[in-house]
Amino acid sequence: MIHISNLHKSYKMGDTSLHVLKGIDLQVQEGELVAIMGSSGSGKSTLLNILGMLDLADEGEYRLDDVLIKDLTETTAANYRNQFLGFVFQSFNLINYKNALENVALPLYYQGLGRKIRQQKAIEYLDKVGLKEWATHLPSELSGGEKQRVAIARALASEPKVLLADEPTGALDSKTSNEVMGLIQQINNEGKTILVVTHELDIAHMCKRIITLKDGVIVEDQKVEQVIAEVHV
Amino acid sequence: MFSRDRWQEIFETIRKNKLRTVLSGFTLALGIFIFIVLFGFGNGLKNSFKQFFLDDATNTLFVYPGRTSKPYRGFKANRRIEFENSLDVIQQKNFKFFVEDITPRINRSARVRYKGESDNYSSRAVAPAHQFIEKTIIMKGRFINEDDVANKTKNVVIGRLVANDLFKNEDPIGKYLEMGTSAFKVVGVFQDQSGDREERLIYLPYTTRQLLEKNNDKVNSIIVSFRPELGYATALVFEKQLRLFLKNKKDIDPRDNNGIRIRNVADQIRQNQQFASVLQIIVAFVGIGTLIAGIIGISNIMVFVVKERTKELGIRKALGATPKSVIAMVLQESIFITAVSGIIGMMAGIALLSNMGDRLEQFFIIDPYVDNLTAFIATILLIIFGAIAGYIPAKRAAGIKPIVALRDE
Repeated sequence: MIHISNLHKSYKMGDTSLHVLKGIDLQVQEGELVAIMGSSGSGKSTLLNILGMLDLADEGEYRLDDVLIKDLTETTAANYRNQFLGFVFQSFNLINYKNALENVALPLYYQGLGRKIRQQKAIEYLDKVGLKEWATHLPSELSGGEKQRVAIARALASEPKVLLADEPTGALDSKTSNEVMGLIQQINNEGKTILVVTHELDIAHMCKRIITLKDGVIVEDQKVEQVIAEVHV
Repeated sequence: MFSRDRWQEIFETIRKNKLRTVLSGFTLALGIFIFIVLFGFGNGLKNSFKQFFLDDATNTLFVYPGRTSKPYRGFKANRRIEFENSLDVIQQKNFKFFVEDITPRINRSARVRYKGESDNYSSRAVAPAHQFIEKTIIMKGRFINEDDVANKTKNVVIGRLVANDLFKNEDPIGKYLEMGTSAFKVVGVFQDQSGDREERLIYLPYTTRQLLEKNNDKVNSIIVSFRPELGYATALVFEKQLRLFLKNKKDIDPRDNNGIRIRNVADQIRQNQQFASVLQIIVAFVGIGTLIAGIIGISNIMVFVVKERTKELGIRKALGATPKSVIAMVLQESIFITAVSGIIGMMAGIALLSNMGDRLEQFFIIDPYVDNLTAFIATILLIIFGAIAGYIPAKRAAGIKPIVALRDE
């Protein structure tokens, strides 16, 4: 599903240049649930942003579902994001003046689907995350866990090939973190490829594979025994 | 660009961001409203200026006889020139191409009595055409007519204030008043917009005045109106030809400037019109200033609105919005808001002006108005600049990497 070889990325900070990713090689198969770990500054968010086409690599090859991602214009990047990727952010990033249903329906709007289908699909995915009853509520009327579930529903609604989650539990307490991770596991069990960036070990152990980044290189890549979130509660 | 879905998305955004919508809409509506009101007041100022200076016919020449200052054809200098009835101009025998109306005028002043009331009034002995040249408005009865002139009747037309002074509440038509030593029958009452002085005049046939004064044929002055469609340049040609003709007729040296005096109202009008155009420029200046203020206002709001939406636009981009669709959305929304509020402001301004009428007359603003084209162009201009002001930050926001926009808290 994801093939990365020799990926480099550096940021210019005035006169000096900060080399964040120093040659990453990574293969992710379909249906995997991968945690990307590392302390802050290890380059894990940068890697996720490049995977999410929110940022461009300086060097190296990136193939997503056998499509070479290279020299993207903003417009094609937008189209790829819309077709291939779903995002879940630490700070939820829901549009605050749209209710839960409208937030979930938004990527479908950019897919060019009709209004009726959008509504129907959005309801379907809200139901999947258990928030069908909250469809008409604004983000400000939802708890953190509920917001993140709406965000997951939104990421799933466009039926992406890969779900990218950047610290999805970073703003949540441990109980809601478990709920959210349980949801992510459930979606993964249905066959979705998911990458989760986290710095919490227990969250990482709820995934099936842990990749550890340090100073811009992969220092460890191991399959782990998955801890099921629900039993943890 | 005009898909139903896009509009739904925009209406939703507008509905859910009322403060933002009201803020930008109000700025624009206020801008266009102030522009229209100020521009209208400027026009009102021009209107009252016109009323002060331009109420008499503008296509008029006043011709006065003077005294010669040069000897000519055997005549000495300092000879007094006089006009008489038989003059070709008065008989309308020449200059037919130029002349519209013509009247001789003889000015006198006399004590006028009716019953117990009496006062001194000026009288003008004229021909019927005088009514059109002075723009005299008949309130009751009629003006001097051709019959009066031909038969030298003792009929007079009196001004509104003369009627008020002498006749009080009586109807003056058909009554006889005493002017100097003769009795005259009042056949009409007139008013004149030039003011009180004009309304204290008495008009009588010029032939009657001549009959009373030993049946002479002298006139004080001649007033000629030329056809207005001739324009200013042709009027000057006419004035020159008329002057030459009269000088020749009266044996005045062509180089002598004192024998005949001609006052051309068109000349004065031109000066007045220059003043009017200065007013117009001031009005335009005020208008443009207001427009610029409005444009700056709407630009500020637009920059603020896009700034406020940076994060939202980043989210939309992460979800698959193309830069083009982001720009189009912001633009379409801003154009929609500015168009609606611009038209509301325009309507409100026009409504206010049309209800104003003469209410501000004491401030010299009469009938303020804005022609529809000016109002329309100003509105369109503001909408266009609102769109440009929205486009620049929207384009920048659409170009920001979504990851940067998302970090924007």
